[in-house]
Amino acid sequence: MKLDILKRLGFYALVTIIVLQALFPFYYAILTSLEDGQALFEINYLPEALNFINYQSMLSGGVFGKQILNSVFVASVVVIISLTLAVTAAYALSRIRFRGRGLLLLTILSVSMFPQIAVLAGLFEVIRWLGLFNSLWALVFSYMIFTLPFTVWVLTTFMRNLPIEIEEAAIMDGASSLTIIRRVFLPLMWPAMVTTGLLAFIHAWNEFLFALTFLSTDGQRTVPVAIAMISGRSEFEIPWGNIMAASVIVTLPLVALVLIFQRKIVSGLTAGAVKG
Amino acid sequence: MKANNISRLTRIRTRSAWAFLAPMLVVLLVVAGWPLGRTIYFSFTDASLDLISDARWVGVRNYLEYVDFGDGEGRYYGLLADARWWRSVGNTIWFSLVSVSIETVLGLIVALVLNQQFRGRGLVRAAVLIPWAIPTIVSAKMWAWMLHDQFGILNDMLMRVGLISDPVAWTASPDTAMIAVMIVDIWKTTPFMALLILAGLQMVPGDLYEAAKLDGVSATRVFRKITLPLIMPAMLVAVVFRSLDALRIFDIVYVLTPNTDATRTMSVFARENLFDFDKFAYGSAASTLMFLVIALITIVFILASRMDLEGKNS
Repeated sequence: MKLDILKRLGFYALVTIIVLQALFPFYYAILTSLEDGQALFEINYLPEALNFINYQSMLSGGVFGKQILNSVFVASVVVIISLTLAVTAAYALSRIRFRGRGLLLLTILSVSMFPQIAVLAGLFEVIRWLGLFNSLWALVFSYMIFTLPFTVWVLTTFMRNLPIEIEEAAIMDGASSLTIIRRVFLPLMWPAMVTTGLLAFIHAWNEFLFALTFLSTDGQRTVPVAIAMISGRSEFEIPWGNIMAASVIVTLPLVALVLIFQRKIVSGLTAGAVKG
Repeated sequence: MKANNISRLTRIRTRSAWAFLAPMLVVLLVVAGWPLGRTIYFSFTDASLDLISDARWVGVRNYLEYVDFGDGEGRYYGLLADARWWRSVGNTIWFSLVSVSIETVLGLIVALVLNQQFRGRGLVRAAVLIPWAIPTIVSAKMWAWMLHDQFGILNDMLMRVGLISDPVAWTASPDTAMIAVMIVDIWKTTPFMALLILAGLQMVPGDLYEAAKLDGVSATRVFRKITLPLIMPAMLVAVVFRSLDALRIFDIVYVLTPNTDATRTMSVFARENLFDFDKFAYGSAASTLMFLVIALITIVFILASRMDLEGKNS
């Protein structure tokens, strides 16, 4: 009996540690973002100030607001385009038998495992040639390399598991494939599309290497690069309060999404990987 | 007559399949295939950032070249003779090995906890997901502040507990810079590992545990003999995915410990040469070698796991 209680205590201690380590850095970022001046450099574990000056200074300039909009724009357009392209492709890959299908899936999977750096030099040339350098479209274009294989892969896995009967009737009625996708599959696919869209959005929102390379002016940057670039005049003047305020601003929406769509995200992540 | 109809239908469907695939394939070709080919091509040229289009073929000079100084003396140049490159390769492999190992163990522990029935499990799972959702750059910055040598809370914690007596310059000192990078990566990606392993755990049939319990088998034995073998496939996939991801690490190093020999990885080395040092061709060569390494690992993995690509078993 005593052993049982000890075991339970140990278990809950472990749970507490897991939760604390997961939340503490973000908690501490919020705490820091609410401090200013000398208070920043006094280490405290509990909030002592409630000072929004860092948020004000980040948001008042207008540049950071623009950068947030840049990120929202890029991530949304990337999601819309990759889902559109992926739905039809996933239909072909999951419901139609044709030669070379396995090889094609293999290729798509390997593209998703590509090291981004391997295409960086070639992409740079393409983007300059297209005149997209320092344009948000450069990011929309280049992000396809990771969002497209991922969405195709997850949607293919999802569609493959739908029973054959659902389209049989439509095929017999002579409906075209496009009609079948629109009328039969789309209504069934909303949950999967929300999940993959959400994950693709988060990927695009967080991307750094391409955004760092293909954009060159402050007003065009997306938020990860913007945050990486916040600096002071010297190493001793790094505005940690501002950095933390910016970090909290761009992370809060993601945390909210995670809390709301927890189940969907978990199932999407595992479908993308376990099955692959 | 009927068979004829069906084969016609198949033909139409096959044709529509390719029509449906075409847009996606074109995009992937333009955004992945072509640039990859160009990167490899540049690695055999003397391309520079401003004169990409004037690149001239120079053979394998970027990889290896023996320069004869005359009078019997000479030296090897090129990527394969570059100590900085090999240091980056070493750093990357060391980083991947250590981080992925620790992430696997921690991920397994978290997954085992989440697989238990207890009050508030949903909340714990949500909390665990948060590090995964935080942008990598933001994580790096948050930890850079926590790891600050003078005002960092981590030093404060460790000193209060008595683990260290003087503040550690985590990111600045060459001895600890790699540890700092690993800490951030492990913190950020353990949730991913845990979720994948958890998915594997949930596929273990419950009656197996029941039977073992009835037979009075000890918990550790159940874990070693039942749980571990059954979740091995899911765990292996997770490890491979994470390793491929770890091998291309860039963001954390770039933000947390810029310009340090101790943490420079292959990606950082390649980008540095491409865009900061104006050695575009040399950087392309590094990218190409890195691609080859990762491609090799991917192929071995796909062949070894004999993946069910056609979905025959589902």
